[in-house]
Amino acid sequence: MWRVALSELRKLRRPTLFLGTMGAVVFFSALFSSLLFLLIDSPDGNSDRGRTVSREVLGLATGGVQGFSSVGGFLGIIALCVFAAQTAQEYTYGTLRNILVRQPGRIRILVGKFIAMKLFALVMIIFSGIVSISASILLAPRAKVSTDLWFGPDGRHALLTTSINIIISVIGFGTIGMVLGLLLRSPISAISFGVLWLLIVENLLIAVKNSLQDWMPGAQLSAIASGGAVRGFTTGIEYSHALLVGGAYVAVGVIIASFLFLRRDVSN
Amino acid sequence: MSNTAISVSDLSKKYGGRMAVSHATFEVPLGTICGFVGPNGSGKTTTMRMLLGLITPTGGTGEILGESIKHPEKYLPRVGAMIEGPAFYPALSGSENLKYLANLGGFSTDRVQYLLDQVGLGDRAKSKYKTYSLGMKQRLGIAAALLPNPKLLMLDEPTNGLDPEGIQEVRSLLRALADEGTSVFVSSHLLSELELISDYLVMLRKGEVVFTGKMSDLMLDQQPVIIAKGAHESDLGALLAIAQRAGHRAVIRDGAVHVEGPAEWALEFNRAAFDAGITLSQLTPQLPNLEETFFEMTGEK
Repeated sequence: MWRVALSELRKLRRPTLFLGTMGAVVFFSALFSSLLFLLIDSPDGNSDRGRTVSREVLGLATGGVQGFSSVGGFLGIIALCVFAAQTAQEYTYGTLRNILVRQPGRIRILVGKFIAMKLFALVMIIFSGIVSISASILLAPRAKVSTDLWFGPDGRHALLTTSINIIISVIGFGTIGMVLGLLLRSPISAISFGVLWLLIVENLLIAVKNSLQDWMPGAQLSAIASGGAVRGFTTGIEYSHALLVGGAYVAVGVIIASFLFLRRDVSN
Repeated sequence: MSNTAISVSDLSKKYGGRMAVSHATFEVPLGTICGFVGPNGSGKTTTMRMLLGLITPTGGTGEILGESIKHPEKYLPRVGAMIEGPAFYPALSGSENLKYLANLGGFSTDRVQYLLDQVGLGDRAKSKYKTYSLGMKQRLGIAAALLPNPKLLMLDEPTNGLDPEGIQEVRSLLRALADEGTSVFVSSHLLSELELISDYLVMLRKGEVVFTGKMSDLMLDQQPVIIAKGAHESDLGALLAIAQRAGHRAVIRDGAVHVEGPAEWALEFNRAAFDAGITLSQLTPQLPNLEETFFEMTGEK
């Protein structure tokens, strides 16, 4: 299992993938946090979907991680793409047969790959956290947002809970990507299906019938990233509900994909 | 301890209503080079995949290096394989690809450069796989198969895409490995190559084993052929008639009469042709080669 993870990391650390992904993470983390402060007085809002996060809200203990929290869903989409591509490409390149000859334990392969990709996702989250929090600290004085509460015990607690929520959410998105990769066996199909579903289909369905947001996998994982309904970014989805339903989706996906991976002949 | 590298009995694989491999039974002794031949779609790759645990047989049993094929984890650390051509990550270098597999199998990465040198890729070790030519990719596949310092090497068409020099190098490499005690199970469509290096042969046709045994036994069992040509092309019909009248099977192929019969009958054939007023421009007794035997046994031509 650890040998699989070590091998997988060799693949994940290649400059084009690692620097490319981290570059995107840094750029969008800086952008999300900066807009929160730079557009604070904009009538069009300063957060996603035209919402306004006021000076008072940003001045709370959770204000320092508001940008980090906002970018959580985006990090999830990146994780979904990376996990899906890294899993499905073993089929398209035909490398799965090499892997299985060198490591016939199929569960070990899945777990090892998952560990490596989780580490990759953690690095991504750490980069994002550093960049978005730094941007918030730098831009707060200019936006006349008080940062006094950010550095107190409540601020540290907010950082911890936000980080945990984003980790859970990103790993959840990534796992869905891995499941799609295993089911569809093509990076393009897996990524297209995943991204289209999460960004378009789910939103359309929710627009048609709002109550559906309580049952859509992407909505649950985004709700987890932003801490649930309490924070007001995904109104209507309670954190515990999101955790339960999102977790159920991920668990069912993992069980089906693992079963197929264990039983399926490798004939390409 | 078993003295067979591979032993399969009644091994079968069915896809829907089609038998890809049907009750295959054969053995490959340790330390030999065994050629694995058959027309396209005869089930060679499917058999190899079953032996490597990549696909599950629908019936039969098998053992590799004394271990059941139901437990590939017990023998695969001692097996090197390249199935259906090389498959690597395009964005990684040749060296990185081998290190990836070495990490995966728990082998030392120290052998990577040595193996790349051995297959003639030493100076391109750091080039990305996607920049390799077909022959170089094939060489990297062979290097990957050698990573575990295998007791059994299974190669599917290892000479695909190689130039004549490369083919000769692979032949020498396989012979050297067999001399050191490695068993080699190799499929190839270059039958002349297999004839040169194989000690054993397994021949498949439509998923069924049509021959398994020593290469020398197969060739000895074959009817010698006398190839004859007259001075004029119009003599071929008369030569054919002479051979058939003498009770031999004969055909006209590639501008010559091919007569099945012992080499000694060539003398009589020459005399009969002379009596019929035909001057022979060629009279060659020969044993059929593997390719001719293959076509004869598989009915491919």
